[in-house]
Amino acid sequence: MTRLVASILCGVVALIGCAGTASAMTIEKIVSPSGIEAWLVREKAVPLVTLNYAFHGGATQDGADKAGTANLAADLLDEGAGNLDSKAYHERLENHAIELGFQVGRDYIHGSLRTLNEHRDEAFDLLRLALSSPRFDADAVERVRGQQLAALQRDTTNPNDLASRRWWQTAFPGHPYGRETKGTLETVPRITAADLRDYVRRVFARNELKVSIVGDVDAKTAGALIDRAFGGLPAKNDLKAVANATPSGLGRRIVINVDVPQAVVTFGGLGIARHDPDFMAAYIVNHILGGGSFSSRLYREVREKRGLAYGVSDSLVWFRSAAVVLGGTATRADRTADALAVIEHEIKRMADEGPTPEELAAAKSFLKGSYALTLDTSGKIAVQLTQIQIDNLGIDYIQRRGAMIDAVTIEDAKRVARRLYGGGMLVTVAGRPKGLTSSETTE
Amino acid sequence: MLTVDLALLRGWRRNPNLVLRHDRNISRSNTVLAKINVMIIALASALASSSLAAEQAGPEIADFTLANGLEMVVIPDHRAPVVTHMIWYKVGAADETPGKSGLAHFLEHLMFKGTAKNPAGKFSQVVAHIGGQENAFTSQDYTGYYQRVPSEQLKTVMEFEADRMTGLQLTDDVVLPERNVILEEQNQRVGNNPRARLAEQIDAALYLNHPYGKPVIGWRHEMEELSRNDAIGFYRRFYAPNNAVVVIAGDVDPAQARALAEETYGKVPRHGATGGPRVRAQEPPPVAVRSLTLADARVEMPTLQREYLVPSFATGKRGESEALEVLAHILGNGSNSRLYRALAVEKQVAVVAEAWYDSNALDMSKFGIYGSPRPGTTLPQLEAEIDAVVAQLIDKGVTEEELERTKTRLIADAVYAQDNQASMARWYGAALTTGGSVNDVRHWPDRIRAVTADQVRDAARQWLDKRRSATGYLIKDVSPQAEKRS
Repeated sequence: MTRLVASILCGVVALIGCAGTASAMTIEKIVSPSGIEAWLVREKAVPLVTLNYAFHGGATQDGADKAGTANLAADLLDEGAGNLDSKAYHERLENHAIELGFQVGRDYIHGSLRTLNEHRDEAFDLLRLALSSPRFDADAVERVRGQQLAALQRDTTNPNDLASRRWWQTAFPGHPYGRETKGTLETVPRITAADLRDYVRRVFARNELKVSIVGDVDAKTAGALIDRAFGGLPAKNDLKAVANATPSGLGRRIVINVDVPQAVVTFGGLGIARHDPDFMAAYIVNHILGGGSFSSRLYREVREKRGLAYGVSDSLVWFRSAAVVLGGTATRADRTADALAVIEHEIKRMADEGPTPEELAAAKSFLKGSYALTLDTSGKIAVQLTQIQIDNLGIDYIQRRGAMIDAVTIEDAKRVARRLYGGGMLVTVAGRPKGLTSSETTE
Repeated sequence: MLTVDLALLRGWRRNPNLVLRHDRNISRSNTVLAKINVMIIALASALASSSLAAEQAGPEIADFTLANGLEMVVIPDHRAPVVTHMIWYKVGAADETPGKSGLAHFLEHLMFKGTAKNPAGKFSQVVAHIGGQENAFTSQDYTGYYQRVPSEQLKTVMEFEADRMTGLQLTDDVVLPERNVILEEQNQRVGNNPRARLAEQIDAALYLNHPYGKPVIGWRHEMEELSRNDAIGFYRRFYAPNNAVVVIAGDVDPAQARALAEETYGKVPRHGATGGPRVRAQEPPPVAVRSLTLADARVEMPTLQREYLVPSFATGKRGESEALEVLAHILGNGSNSRLYRALAVEKQVAVVAEAWYDSNALDMSKFGIYGSPRPGTTLPQLEAEIDAVVAQLIDKGVTEEELERTKTRLIADAVYAQDNQASMARWYGAALTTGGSVNDVRHWPDRIRAVTADQVRDAARQWLDKRRSATGYLIKDVSPQAEKRS
């Protein structure tokens, strides 16, 4: 590293939680000597470094006949790189207790690294090897492919997988979002080492890389570490474009026969883009309907009052080129129709009437207060900062978020509830639900 | 997309012995459960004494007991203005009366149904209002409840938790729908999942006499009969300050936590009849190799699961549990473990091959091996290969290189744990309700560091004896009857 780390462009202090508490978290935007921007949080309490990053270009980059390529590549990145074969590479990781992870989503491939401070140079060197010179040795490829095929084979009778897979296929036919990230029993065998290399070559580049780093490091050291891992990557990626899409099949119900005691239900419909001005209102309204607390309407009506299911919830899911609302539950076969009727009734009631002012106030209070809980470990902070960068929300988003929630009025909430839930749902059910059939004869 | 915070739950979902009150991710996908794998690392320490940790000492942990017998552990971490508040009752499924399987977990669900002072739903509403998270969990040895809240709300949740320690009120209006909920939970965790069904059968075969042989969730025919009176009776018998541990991790000082505890939990009277030694029917020396086969029409990937009856931290001699911990790691954790190298990489007979050990049990615990064959390999062939790997380890022991690598990994986990207040609270709580002490947890890295290659080989030799084990095959049921079942 001959050049100096670029100056810190800006520092933003975000107070997490309620004003008046002592804890503050400073997010610094830094630029590495090679020009890679990253967000840094200095944390001295624990002697470790946590890195989280994302490259634009996930499973959307798979060929339609080779679905699962990105996923297979990700699983092979730590199976040998540079002059290290799989065994040697893993030994280097394990000898230093370095944790590397890769996860493929539809739009992005995400990565994480965790290391003790004393091994950070080694950790970032190993990451560089994985990203810039993965080997894709034939034996490793076949071994990992075999594992993935075994899992795919197992999923052919897994009701959760069946319901989910069919939902996405039906909602996005012919679109990359309709394909499973992990591919299929037909596509995974077709993937070649050349396909894997092609994926890595096209995606791992510096121009759409988002990086977050949390740990006991200063800006200069962080910049050097980032360059150590990412500095040698090509300047620009080479991605296939993805068309904008909206979910289809709304109003349909599809039953997939599989012999299980409990039917698994996936339901969903139109969502809302992350940059839509109504996003925060939608986020709040959805929390009231089926978000993750013990007081959502779905939880109360389906579980608490009627005992129809152990769990029921829904959430907003957003991509670069589409957005959906997606939910699920699992109920006994003879009551699946009842559970579905309750869910559909609650969705319609929310569309027609929206939330009450009391529910809105309670949800705002929860969503503001609970944010601090998503930022209480280095790992969680790093994940959150990467997502904020992906969503292009700005380095001061954490500071502004509370006011954005407060600004949502009951009128906003009602309007957005109609927009979100008024369009009907696509429902897939895997199991033997009594008295429930597909809405079409093709099934 | 933004994911829900399930960090606290995520690790636990790998442990088939833990049942949670509410697990919203489970309906979405079971892929996390793809590998049957119990928590490998049982304990962690705040004070890892490796070279780097010496200069970066972990937090000062306070441990004290109130006059009414309630033990408290406080783990300060002031990085974020939040606290994790947990209460762990020293009662679990293994403490149920025979014939009432699932009762400890059923009561855990019913604990959310209100008290004279705080009607049903109030506690949860308040937690939601302050932006908190809550959940509860049950194992064979403990039942726990927790809230994660802004630190200035600590007293609020302590008041609610102290109130429901003795104030629970139940009516059939809430008990009966909740019984349906746990039956659906059983379907979701076990009925819909052939591997979980097999694990239940192996546990039942492994434990000949000890209640660990019953599933925490319960047997369905007994769950269906559980009543309000059963739940209240169990509650009155076991829920008391002198039968619980409160663990608070996060933005709080021990003195402050103590003062708050005196004002809340301190007012709950001691319960004379509980809190004594926990005596369960013990296992006779195992003498027979047990094997069983479960055929299920949905099986697309055959698997083999084996469990050996082995000491836990609480029942083992000094160093024994730590040697088993190291052994499990060398044998079956990660790409360079013995099982994976031999079976998946070299001989290419398996797609998965793992081992695990659970040190957290009040009584005799389990050491497990899990594998799935590649197409073309039968389960008996896979089992023979597993046996050969185990035999070789017993015969030749482990290398110094394997030993060092494993210790580095395990001890680093103790440092990584310091980054997560909820993990810290969980580790201390689990240890303190399964026969461990704060000091035991604190010195865990030192004890791991002291494990020798001879101890690892001796542990393998003594405990990985097939007569101590039950092995289950999961195969596809191809009989015509299987298709008709509905």
